[in-house]
Amino acid sequence: MLEIKGLKVKLEDEDKQILKGLDLTVETGKVHAIMGPNGSGKSTLSYVLAGKDGYEVTEGSATLEGDDLLEMEPEERAALGLFLAFQYPVEIPGVGNMTFLRTAVNAQRKARGQEELSAGDFLKEVRAKAKDLKIDADMLKRPVNVGFSGGEKKRNEILQMAMLSPKMCILDETDSGLDVDAMKLVADGVNALRDAGRSFLVITHYQRLLDHIKPDVVHIMADGRIVKTGGPELALEVENNGYADILAEVS
Amino acid sequence: MAIAKLKADATEARLAGVTLPDGAQWARAARGDALARVRAMGLPSKRDEYWKYTNPSDLTAVDAPSAALFDGGEAPLFGDKECLNIVFVDGVFDAQASDPLAGEGIEIMRLCDAMAADIHWAKDLYGVLETRGQVPVERPLAALNTALATDGVVIHATAKVAKPIHISYLHADETSDANLHNLVKVDAGAEVTLLETGPGAARFSTCLEVDIADTGAFHHVRTQGRDHERRTVTHCFARVGAESTFKSFTVTVNGVLTRNECVLDIIGDDAVAHVAGVCVGDGKDFHHDDTVFITHDALNGESRQVFKKVLRNGATGVFQGKILVKAGAQKTDGYQISQSLLLDEDAQFLAKPELEIYADDVACSHGSTSGAIDETALFYLRSRGVPVRVARNLLTLSFMAEALDEIADSALADELRDRLEGWLARHG
Repeated sequence: MLEIKGLKVKLEDEDKQILKGLDLTVETGKVHAIMGPNGSGKSTLSYVLAGKDGYEVTEGSATLEGDDLLEMEPEERAALGLFLAFQYPVEIPGVGNMTFLRTAVNAQRKARGQEELSAGDFLKEVRAKAKDLKIDADMLKRPVNVGFSGGEKKRNEILQMAMLSPKMCILDETDSGLDVDAMKLVADGVNALRDAGRSFLVITHYQRLLDHIKPDVVHIMADGRIVKTGGPELALEVENNGYADILAEVS
Repeated sequence: MAIAKLKADATEARLAGVTLPDGAQWARAARGDALARVRAMGLPSKRDEYWKYTNPSDLTAVDAPSAALFDGGEAPLFGDKECLNIVFVDGVFDAQASDPLAGEGIEIMRLCDAMAADIHWAKDLYGVLETRGQVPVERPLAALNTALATDGVVIHATAKVAKPIHISYLHADETSDANLHNLVKVDAGAEVTLLETGPGAARFSTCLEVDIADTGAFHHVRTQGRDHERRTVTHCFARVGAESTFKSFTVTVNGVLTRNECVLDIIGDDAVAHVAGVCVGDGKDFHHDDTVFITHDALNGESRQVFKKVLRNGATGVFQGKILVKAGAQKTDGYQISQSLLLDEDAQFLAKPELEIYADDVACSHGSTSGAIDETALFYLRSRGVPVRVARNLLTLSFMAEALDEIADSALADELRDRLEGWLARHG
């Protein structure tokens, strides 16, 4: 599904290398997790894949089902099936959450040559999905993420993911700022979307989220590279011993 | 002295050959007085402080610069709304296109008919609020309108009027130069809505005087047409009584020159006065100026000014807004915000927010900003698959939303939002 080879990325405005030759393959239908200490480049990886400005790819490649992601505009990547759940979802005053969702869903359908969803069908679908995530009608009416609690913002990200039904979902520290109950709710939302045709890349600091979203593969990232790859037990190792042991072992 | 002489000469040149419309004795006197005020003040020039950001020469020139006619291909605004429709074409009343001038809860007639009558309530309003509004800042173009206005509508609301009065100002002659003057008198407990649409003329001056008695309410929504080459100056003077409401909203799209002045006098306690607007302009020939002066002279008054301008390709926006709180006007709540969204580096926004406060127990705030599209929000939208142009337009509309929220009638607000969306789609 997602194939990253030798990816090197620096900041556009300063001479600072962040990703230093990263290799990663996420197979179709699998859930991969990336853990790593602060500053290892996890969020940069998610932004570069989604197409955020401010980064310069100096080497390497990233493809989604063979299509070169790095050449595409952010909206083209989204239409192709890439989704990034933001660590800090953006507040957009003046744009209703519902309008935002419908615009996004229909823009993607249009880009893929599908017919736009009718207002009625869209409403039915969004209501059902919002209900599962305990998102009430009021949250749908409010401007995007404005006045939402941390938990509401993350649930709103998952709602967008559910509505857009992407092939490749990247979750950037979706557990940050969530209490135990909210984490469970978000994890349930993600688990409901697990599917043989859909892959996940879950970026997190903590093992706890991975108790709820059970990964197939766990990667440890440090200093711009994947330094170790293993099964779910690797996350437990981090939880128990921290990163120091692993980093010492690979260096 | 040379400057004063230049100004006097320019004023005389403009007034040479002007004949004042005829009418009853009181009407002739009112026009004569207005003409005397124009002469005493002199017409504005770009040297005047109040015209520092907007060059008035097209508005004061002897001959109106011509303006090509424009058909945007859109249906007339507010066509779905049941209104009392009144049509002026290049400032001339169109009886066939207008509804009969009558309605429940109102007395309504043409200004020229009112001014031909020996006795009419218009006598107590025509030019009266305009004259009051000349202090402390002179507004000679308003006095010029009072002197020259050929027609308009006078409205006396005696009850809650269900049907809005919709005045359409059509533009059919490339060289037309029109002055219209409207009067609105709202009785205690009465309520009326005035809608104004259209460019009016190649050069168009309107003056609106609104007298709201205690517990009355006046709602005003206006659009100024899409003609690219039109020049427009408008004045609104309102006297706002106790526990009464004044709300005015203006949408401006295109136009070479627009100057909208609004002068509000809050004279009764617990009154509410809101004036707001949005404008969208594309190109260096677009110049739009909102000039507002709100005086609080009573207890517990609330005023709001909310102006948003979307500017691109060298378009210029101006905002001059003042809140004057007189001694004794305690518990005044005055709010003023003017913001521009500059879609490129060539557009400019000039703002002069002013507060002058002589009472010690008031809450007044003002803010003025110029900004670009929020890149973080833009990326967020694009990451969800929204194409960059659509995302930019969505954010631009959201920028205008705070102002559009000022329109109480949501159907009107939605219609205007759709029109603005259309403009953005064409110009994005």
